[in-house]
Amino acid sequence: MDKPFAITLDVGSSLANKTGAWRTERPVYVDLMPPCNHACPAGENIQQWLYRAEDGSYEPAWRQIMQDNPLPATMGRVCYRPCETACNRAQLDAAVGINSVERFLGDEAIRHGWTVPVTAAASGKRVLVVGAGPSGLSAAYHLRLLGHEVTLRDSAPVAGGMMRFGIPAYRLPRQTLDAEVDRILAMGVTLDAGRPVTDLLGEMRDGGFDAAFLAVGAQRGKRAYIPAGDSAKILDAVALLHATADAEPPQLGRRVAVYGGGDTAMDAARTARRLGATDAVIVYRRTRERMPAHDVEVEEATEEGVRMMWLSTIARADEGKLTIERMMLDESGFPQPTGEFEELEADSVVLALGQEAELSLLDGVDGITVADGVVQVGPDLMTGHPGIFAGGDMIPADRTVTVAIGHGKKAARGIDAWLRGDRGGGTGRAADGGAASHAPQRLADFDRLNSWYYSDAPATVRPQLDAARRISTFDEITGGLDESTALFEARRCLSCGNCFECDNCYGVCPDNAVIKLGAGQRYEIDLDYCKGCGICASECPCGAIDMVTERI
Amino acid sequence: MPVQPVKFYQVGSFAVGNRLLADDDRSVQSEPGRANSLTCGHRACQRCGEALGARYALDAAMRATSRQMVAVNATGCLEVFSTPYPETSWQIPWIHSLFGNAPAVATGVAAALRAKGRSDVRVVGQAGDGGTVDIGMACLSGMFERNDDVLFICYDNEAYMNTGVQRSGATPPAARTATTPAVGPEPGNRFGQGKNVPLIAMAHEIPYVATATVAGLRDLEYKVRRAMEFRGARYLHVLVPCPLGWGSAAGDTIKIARLAEQTGLFPVFEAEAGELVSATKIRKKAPVEDYLRLQTRYAHLFKSPEGAATIARLQRIADRNIARFGLLDTDAAPGPAAEETP
Ligand SMILES: Cc1ncc(C[n+]2csc(CCOP(=O)(O)OP(=O)(O)O)c2C)c(N)n1
Ligand code: SF4
Ligand SMILES: [Mg+2]
Repeated sequence: MDKPFAITLDVGSSLANKTGAWRTERPVYVDLMPPCNHACPAGENIQQWLYRAEDGSYEPAWRQIMQDNPLPATMGRVCYRPCETACNRAQLDAAVGINSVERFLGDEAIRHGWTVPVTAAASGKRVLVVGAGPSGLSAAYHLRLLGHEVTLRDSAPVAGGMMRFGIPAYRLPRQTLDAEVDRILAMGVTLDAGRPVTDLLGEMRDGGFDAAFLAVGAQRGKRAYIPAGDSAKILDAVALLHATADAEPPQLGRRVAVYGGGDTAMDAARTARRLGATDAVIVYRRTRERMPAHDVEVEEATEEGVRMMWLSTIARADEGKLTIERMMLDESGFPQPTGEFEELEADSVVLALGQEAELSLLDGVDGITVADGVVQVGPDLMTGHPGIFAGGDMIPADRTVTVAIGHGKKAARGIDAWLRGDRGGGTGRAADGGAASHAPQRLADFDRLNSWYYSDAPATVRPQLDAARRISTFDEITGGLDESTALFEARRCLSCGNCFECDNCYGVCPDNAVIKLGAGQRYEIDLDYCKGCGICASECPCGAIDMVTERI
Repeated sequence: MPVQPVKFYQVGSFAVGNRLLADDDRSVQSEPGRANSLTCGHRACQRCGEALGARYALDAAMRATSRQMVAVNATGCLEVFSTPYPETSWQIPWIHSLFGNAPAVATGVAAALRAKGRSDVRVVGQAGDGGTVDIGMACLSGMFERNDDVLFICYDNEAYMNTGVQRSGATPPAARTATTPAVGPEPGNRFGQGKNVPLIAMAHEIPYVATATVAGLRDLEYKVRRAMEFRGARYLHVLVPCPLGWGSAAGDTIKIARLAEQTGLFPVFEAEAGELVSATKIRKKAPVEDYLRLQTRYAHLFKSPEGAATIARLQRIADRNIARFGLLDTDAAPGPAAEETP
């Protein structure tokens, strides 16, 4: 041993000292359920596709959406965005514009012609899907991806359902809808359009179908008895929207009253404005707070000059005028007549009092239970008749396009399991599809985040066609984001509960006990040296580290 | 502006790294191949702010000097926990002499390198607050006066931690230490005493003086890099919370340093040739109470009725810092009272 002068021992490194032995708690990386994903009725993994979009990987981001939802460009326009209501960023400045990024990705896909290949081996099973609305299309798409043969039947001459005949073009341009519907059909779905199904069991037998998914929607407008003079003009909102979509709008006159307070009422009033009504009035028996319509719809309708008459019912309709009775809410919030009347000039009345499902195709099908006008289903969306599933507006649920798309996915998985012989039902499968698709995960709520690390970045507002121009055309009113703003918006995501490789844990450990595994690989704790101090967990911006007690 | 805000990348410039940033924009601490000047296996307490601050500063200095650097260390926790003979945690040339003479030893190393014509090798001296503010003060002032080519870093944990939390000239008023117990009419450390070494250093008109905390990594790294752009005497004062001496909970080390900044109690600024050139603005202003509550050394303030008045006095110190160093973006309104000194 040749040592320098006065040195008697070798120099040792402190690496010999395994300070991990001091630890009573250890950090553990976790992936939690972000509130947006949790709220999405279509079960999208929003946080994950925003993460992909953040570095400009738009196609992978779009493919991630497509795992759950085959209609991103459509949903990026018509979804009521429960994700944004739940978004944690709202507690910092404003929610991430998730919907606008989804629309951007959906439009990119259409522009570039991206498609989803069917790679599953053919199962040899045939499924009949009745109703080519969002639920039926979603089911058809997912069933194709699972290898089943799909026939899609609809009474209308084209596919799209309420997306085509209920949602006005100013909210959803037809080229967009067509592109997304065609992309699904091109995956090998047989479309029988203009072919109403009346004898379900017979058609299943004749067509050799192994299972059926029913998604006929709720198309029939509810009627209300209104005493009316002979020449009073009363029509139905569903019919109005349908006829307008067919480019055969009815004559409404210059003053139009719309009776009802839901989204369809708003759509009808806004459509009336575009058809030339100078005065479109919503007549609703309760108050603004109790109105079922979504806020955006009410705001946009108001901007377009639609008037609202709260606490009012139509007592009588005559030519050119209506008799309105004022209402009052009782203690339970129910509207009660006051006996006070006034007149409202109106050339026509549009009824938007809700819709009901037309269920005659179920006549003669045994085992089906119908309650409150809708078909009862199990957790996997199977009706009481084995092999017949149902979803969308005809089962008990919120009636939105997004919910319907979620049903399509959930039913496809249920049908697939059933066809493959898993008849036990409810093997946790029920949790798929909708909000609970990542069920056992804990929620990444705002309190878990260390919001210090997120810089201020207010939301990018989508351009809007100004109101004056809006009412003269059926042009789409909300514009899309260009690439740089969509990218900015995606980067506003806080990545709640899911590591996004910000290097904070790697940086803040006083013991160098966090190992950086490289891009996309995240990190690992070096338990030889981790003293379990918990700084990494407290300084993780997105709450993706738990401290777990060591068992000694 | 000390730290250029990074173009918006999800977490802006506040996190350690970011997968979306170009390599050049990333912090030294985010590099997989960072120097780890102070490596694993050291015997610092769990969640030690000083171990963290030293690695932050020295890794940045290693990068700024292309790893041509010698560190001189005074006695104190940093020296004791890193080098129980024959083990060492230092992965850089490192020398220890005494508690009070680190600035003088650093001067000597710089002189030796100059004699050997090694202008490429830079010298960093480092000590705790005791070794800097108190026992090392004379050597440090001499080093400043002679403008020796040394960057001296003080890791300020506001007391003599290594020997059991005795008061130093950097202990803040009202803090309980072993030698300033929370008893009597004015419990804890006295108001109106102590020294502000960054201002003393500025009074020497040396090329560069800066303050930083372990809560502002990018700012700290910037200041080390900037300091290395000068020749001559430079001084960096880094606030490093001591969980044991301050009585803070697990995982709170960085949070407490952040609150020291955001309350205004610890002003973060830089000065060149005696002139203030920038102050880091408070982003989320917090009352001093938020900071005090997290530390048992201030627990007495929340147990007696007189505590409220003391907290108000501490708030006036913070307010004065905010006005004096322009810590708020809207620093038009000066603090209410300017008679209290930290
Ligand atoms: C001349 C001399 N006096 C006293 C000591 C004992 N001593 C060793 S470390 C220390 C305190 C160090 O305090 P500080 O410089 O603040 O560093 P910290 O341990 O807090 O990091 C003391 C008093 C000594 N080593 N030498
Ligand atoms: S910040 Fe991102 S992950 Fe968190 S809820 Fe909003 S979109 Fe989802
Ligand atoms: Mg000290």
